[in-house]
Amino acid sequence: MTDKNPILQVRDITVDFSIPTKTGGLFGGHQVLRAVKGVSFDLYEGEVLGIVGESGCGKSTLSRAVIKLVQASGGESKWMGKDILKMTPTELTALRKDVQMIFQDPLASLNPRMTVGAIIAEPLTIHYPEVSREERMVRVAELMEKVGLSSTWINRYPHEFSGGQCQRIGIARALITRPKLIICDEAVSALDVSVRAQVINLLMDLQKEFGLSLMFISHDIAVVRHIAQRIMVLYFGEVVEIGDAEQVTMAPEHDYTKRLIASVPVPDPKVEMERREQRRRLRREAAAAAV
Amino acid sequence: MALLEINNLKVDFQTQDGVVHAVKDLSYTVEKGKTLAIVGESGSGKTQGAFAILGLLPRNGKASGSVKFDGKEILNLPSSQINAYRAERIGIIFQDPMTSLNPYLRISRQMTEVLEHHKGMSRSEALAESIRFLDAVRIPDAKNRVHMYPHEFSGGMRQRVMIAMSLLCQPELLIADEPTTALDVTVQAGIIDLLVDLQEDFGTSIILITHDLGIVAGTCEDTLVMFDGRVMEYRKTLDIFENPQHPYTQGLLAAVPRLDKKVDRLSTVSYDFMASKGVA
Amino acid sequence: MLADSRIEGTAKAQAIVPTKGRSLWTDAVRRFSHNRAAMVSLIVLLAVIAFSLIGPFFAQWSVERIDWGVMGSVAEKGAPSIETGHYFGVDEVGRDLYSRTLQGMQVSLMVGIIGSAIAVLVGTVYGAVAGYFGGRLDSVMMRFVDIIYSIPYMFILILLLIMFGRSFIMLFVGIGLISWLGMARVVRGQTMTIKNREFVEAAVAIGQKPSAIIFKHIVPNLLGVVAVYATLLIPEMILLESFISFLGLGVQEPSTSLGALISQGASTMQYGTIWQLGFPLFFFIVILFTFFFIGDGLRDALDPKDR
Repeated sequence: MTDKNPILQVRDITVDFSIPTKTGGLFGGHQVLRAVKGVSFDLYEGEVLGIVGESGCGKSTLSRAVIKLVQASGGESKWMGKDILKMTPTELTALRKDVQMIFQDPLASLNPRMTVGAIIAEPLTIHYPEVSREERMVRVAELMEKVGLSSTWINRYPHEFSGGQCQRIGIARALITRPKLIICDEAVSALDVSVRAQVINLLMDLQKEFGLSLMFISHDIAVVRHIAQRIMVLYFGEVVEIGDAEQVTMAPEHDYTKRLIASVPVPDPKVEMERREQRRRLRREAAAAAV
Repeated sequence: MALLEINNLKVDFQTQDGVVHAVKDLSYTVEKGKTLAIVGESGSGKTQGAFAILGLLPRNGKASGSVKFDGKEILNLPSSQINAYRAERIGIIFQDPMTSLNPYLRISRQMTEVLEHHKGMSRSEALAESIRFLDAVRIPDAKNRVHMYPHEFSGGMRQRVMIAMSLLCQPELLIADEPTTALDVTVQAGIIDLLVDLQEDFGTSIILITHDLGIVAGTCEDTLVMFDGRVMEYRKTLDIFENPQHPYTQGLLAAVPRLDKKVDRLSTVSYDFMASKGVA
Repeated sequence: MLADSRIEGTAKAQAIVPTKGRSLWTDAVRRFSHNRAAMVSLIVLLAVIAFSLIGPFFAQWSVERIDWGVMGSVAEKGAPSIETGHYFGVDEVGRDLYSRTLQGMQVSLMVGIIGSAIAVLVGTVYGAVAGYFGGRLDSVMMRFVDIIYSIPYMFILILLLIMFGRSFIMLFVGIGLISWLGMARVVRGQTMTIKNREFVEAAVAIGQKPSAIIFKHIVPNLLGVVAVYATLLIPEMILLESFISFLGLGVQEPSTSLGALISQGASTMQYGTIWQLGFPLFFFIVILFTFFFIGDGLRDALDPKDR
């Protein structure tokens, strides 16, 4: 790992949300909810970093904060040495060429009124406006074939595609400017088991072929272990464990990580029944101790 | 005699683009006190098959075939007759607990309503019974929490409330449609354990509909795998996991990344794959 | 990628034979065409509009020429007849009602459509900008709308008409001044909903600038709501203009509108010249009803589940 360069260095990121309190009074009081509490990590070139946590742990908020899609309340996020949180709008727009994102809901992340060809080409029109229409079309068609879609579908609309196909469209859109980092925010969570496997395989192939760095966010630790080299575990906005994927899943150190791994069901009936007995025993012991 | 016997169930939907055959040929039985898992991906027809049992299909849906509950044919009964089965003999838990609970009524009201209507209990009797059930589903401090609103509960607790509500009339059969899909994995285990415990304590038969093979492994005695409206495999859970016969089941098992095994590439199941094996 | 020569690119582009997509608009058009009331209304409305444009060619009398022959005994001699050439009869001054009704229809339709068009253009842009940027800009913009809304409209309009005289321009200014307000509010609300959808977040993530996001992503997804609202705004505008004309403040003579004709017709009802009220009123009602049914049909066709 020491011979690789960290392309993203995140230090002490905090994200606060202001929510109205119940007892607000006439003008409404506000409470501060700290969604991300001082997270720091590095992301290296060509690696896949998995971010695992359950709902509400702040992983999605964190991923958006480090690329300034959401306002961070503190900390810094250095991309190739420059702090993203202090970038000017022009620099930020240029950053979007190198850092892309794939979203959770495949259909909702595509504009229903645009053809898929236009959707995939949009980043090109923004960052490379000098590219002609024909060249754009060629590029889009090539990319569509690469992600497993037929280029004859270039004029179709998102609602004519299945969930897995929509996610492939999202992947093509994320790839068209040849970014260095792609953030996958629960990118496979909304897909069926078999489609999920296809998209995971696709992402892994593309990552190897283009040497991409991926920030793979998911609540499913088994998927993350499969795709990532390093894993970071988040709990209530804090990093509780970060390390090599094998190590974190096979020999977790933090209690929460252990609990998380213990809850993941294993498709093996004998193993599962044993675990259930174990949980039952723990529950009885806890109930007896509480009396 | 089996508690529930389904034979050649077919469900069709009339849509703008023609007829959609959601369920093409479904047959299975559930014995008293036993559990069955119905596994399938979206579009497999697993949910529609279950909804057809209770007459919960939308207006453009049509079911045919035979559904016998405790020996009596109940498929396509008019609502006045099927209502006698709903809640009292066959309960159902839906996927998203937030949208299945009325956000404007307190939990107490929603639960006592069921008991007052179906069992003719008085308000105070119904309340006491409701609290008993909330305790059974392991809601802490049930006698105070019963007066809260749904949005004041967490997702996992709401699902427990739903389970409690569905068990109030002590139905003989409980259909759970993706009960844990919307929940976190640490909460999931608790819900599944709860269902199994309740099944053992009350002797309820359970049909668990899910796409998650991991959940199925530890809970149900029998498993039925559906694809494209048809049954691919229907055997004892232990057998299916140890020795899957059908290529679809094999593919499905190989497509899930596991913590206890490391593979380089996940196997994928697709129509082409199925066609190549001659089963699409 | 940029090394591809232009010629090579064109050749490759032509080699791709894309299949046609089925846009959401096509689906909406299909649903609309299955709505009988809406389709009938559409045909009737188009017929009425065609009539208002072609009808004048069949007129035997101009809009202003007074038929001295029937003057004085309008009730007896001024009734609708084919021989005299007064297909709809004459008004109380002796002018041909057929021509005047046609002109009235043209004026009313124009007022309705132009008023609605102003509302769409101004209101959509205003509402989308306020809704997208939110915060203080939104507060200021919407308070401005609230203030104008709360001013008694009739009062201002009457003042304007008296100060600057009655003219077509004034009429449009007056109607334009308020027609965009409701649209702005509706569009703002819709924008705030749409802006939270994931594809807008995706547009920000790829580096799209706010103006492009508003006009390429948000506005196209608003058009359904805007179309329905605009279609239902047209009869509102026509009614407004008619009311103004009914008060005697609308278009100047010899120009006329349906409202003015109805006003005049209603005042001479008791003299037995019922056709002076009947014809303009009939076309007025037909136009209003057809727009209402079309608006309803549009709303059903552009059902939310396809947004």
